[in-house]
Amino acid sequence: MEKLRYALFTGCTAKESTPEQMMSTLAVANKLGIELVELTEASCCGASHLQDYDDFLSLVLNARNIAYAEKHGLTMVTICNTCQLNTAMTKHRLDHNAELKAKVNAKLAEVGLEYKGTSLITHFLYAIIDDFGLDKIKEMVVKPLSQFNIAPFYGCHNIRPSELQNETHKSHESAYAPTSLDDLIIACGGVNVDYEEKNKCCGFHAELQAPRTAAILTGNAVAGAMDANADWMVTPCPLCHLKLDTQTHHASVAIGREVSLPVLHMQQMVGLALGCTPDELGLKHHVTKVDFV
Amino acid sequence: MDTIKSQQVTFKVFRFNEETDYLPYYNTYVMDVTHEEVVLDILNRIKWDHDGSLSYRRSCRHGICGVCSIKVNGKGILACKSRLFDLIDVFGSELVIEPLSTKRAIKDLIIDKKDFWDKHAAVKPFLVSDIVEHPASEHLVSPHDAEKLLEADYCIQCGACHYSCPALAINEEFIGPAAFAAAYRFSADVRDEASVERLHVVNEEAQGVWDCVKCMECAEVCPKEVNPIEKITKLHNMIFEAGVAKNNVATRHAVGFAHSIEKHGLLDEGELVRYSEGNIGVLKHVPVALKMFAKGKIVLPWNMPKADKLDEIKKLIKSSSTVKF
Ligand code: SF4
Ligand code: SF4
Ligand code: FES
Repeated sequence: MEKLRYALFTGCTAKESTPEQMMSTLAVANKLGIELVELTEASCCGASHLQDYDDFLSLVLNARNIAYAEKHGLTMVTICNTCQLNTAMTKHRLDHNAELKAKVNAKLAEVGLEYKGTSLITHFLYAIIDDFGLDKIKEMVVKPLSQFNIAPFYGCHNIRPSELQNETHKSHESAYAPTSLDDLIIACGGVNVDYEEKNKCCGFHAELQAPRTAAILTGNAVAGAMDANADWMVTPCPLCHLKLDTQTHHASVAIGREVSLPVLHMQQMVGLALGCTPDELGLKHHVTKVDFV
Repeated sequence: MDTIKSQQVTFKVFRFNEETDYLPYYNTYVMDVTHEEVVLDILNRIKWDHDGSLSYRRSCRHGICGVCSIKVNGKGILACKSRLFDLIDVFGSELVIEPLSTKRAIKDLIIDKKDFWDKHAAVKPFLVSDIVEHPASEHLVSPHDAEKLLEADYCIQCGACHYSCPALAINEEFIGPAAFAAAYRFSADVRDEASVERLHVVNEEAQGVWDCVKCMECAEVCPKEVNPIEKITKLHNMIFEAGVAKNNVATRHAVGFAHSIEKHGLLDEGELVRYSEGNIGVLKHVPVALKMFAKGKIVLPWNMPKADKLDEIKKLIKSSSTVKF
């Protein structure tokens, strides 16, 4: 197989509050022989909030990020569900609206850039599943996670709106019965547990504005995984990770029940199965202790 | 000649009569379904062949009246539009049929939609305009202006998004996606004169657009592709553009992104929380921040990473910004 190469859009959290996300992405890419060219020029995607304030500005900034991936002639790979959504949505809007694309390109021309629409955008989860292949992951597993019940937590912005995501990358999954993370858990030798909240919202984006709503959603998610007998949770989204890992105290108070589980990034789970060390995967950076390795 | 494909499906149907039952229960029917049948066909067959007491709403049978919306395996659908074989593709051959909200069930699949209609009414879902009784010419709306409504006027008030919205399930004051889409529909209409009034309604804390958790569920569930969250984003934009945004944690949270990106290219997460909450409000986040700090999850100001070619980003922010706060 030809070596897989992607333009890596890290997003902001991998550089700040989830350093373990960056570490484990690089460790797993290294193991799988995937080359990641980091888009060091990329700006924040706006995380769906800049969009509320200034939609046009957010389009220009996201188009600029994609333009850099296009310069490399590579598919852009994201490692955050919300970066994935905002970038994919920008691509969709520009590719379907010539007038808007021209307006955005007029701005980009001021800095010598152009958005063409030539690069695909995918999340690292789908790059692993669609491009690398689950069967090959299975073959490479050296430490199967067979003793663990693992609860997948998909995160909204990878699976909804499904039409957008399915046009952006190759995986076609249903927002109501997603399978990618479950399949990945099984490929890593783990046991995937099923629970109602696995494709629900963690509440992250309303944490400051609607703290009670956000805390209840977090609490319900962790409680759902606990009731399904999960040993830990796994998510492809660093924002879900932050919410589920660091906010369990508020969540417990909000739902009137003590909830807490280790929450791993998708990359950390794959890394463990491939034999990376806990240090390489940054497991010591978790607030809810990862005490099983 | 086409052969009719059929498959055996187990249906678990929600039953509850508020006049006689304390608790809901489920009836199970195992039936052969054919590939051209929709969910409503099955409900009819259950009613006509098995149990005449099963209650559900149906009217147009063409996906335009919105009354037949229910949930199948948690997914909001129009019973008259959803093909069984499509559902089997996603969920397999055991389908659980429930009302849109089990909490609001009156009889079987029929729910009390009062909260939905009250919230709908609260956003004035009609054109507010002084009508000249005998106009000299037609009041034309240009195609360009009509396009601004996006698909907001396709809503058939089925309630699928409303009863799938997790923010609404927790916070009963929340107006909800369908009514927001309606608010956008009329406020974006060039003939309307109540736009600012509506923006005030959707700008209120707890009930307004700021309490949306951005789960995209409403965009996913809508059988008419109204995409309510898109209209919610538009309402956010209109709130800023019309200058009705209040200086509070929600608006500062949105504006803080622009400041941060201008300064670093990236988001300064710590500073964003302080900027949004203010110097006093931020204190409630200190316990979590300390725990994160101990785990190496907080970047101190002097270590804040910056995007390469920041000058480019600054230039674009200057030339592309369309709103002021
Ligand atoms: S995106 Fe917002 S309005 Fe739509 S369902 Fe989710 S919380 Fe509700
Ligand atoms: S927006 Fe869509 S889902 Fe919501 S009430 Fe209208 S038609 Fe139904
Ligand atoms: S019966 Fe009218 S929409 Fe289904």
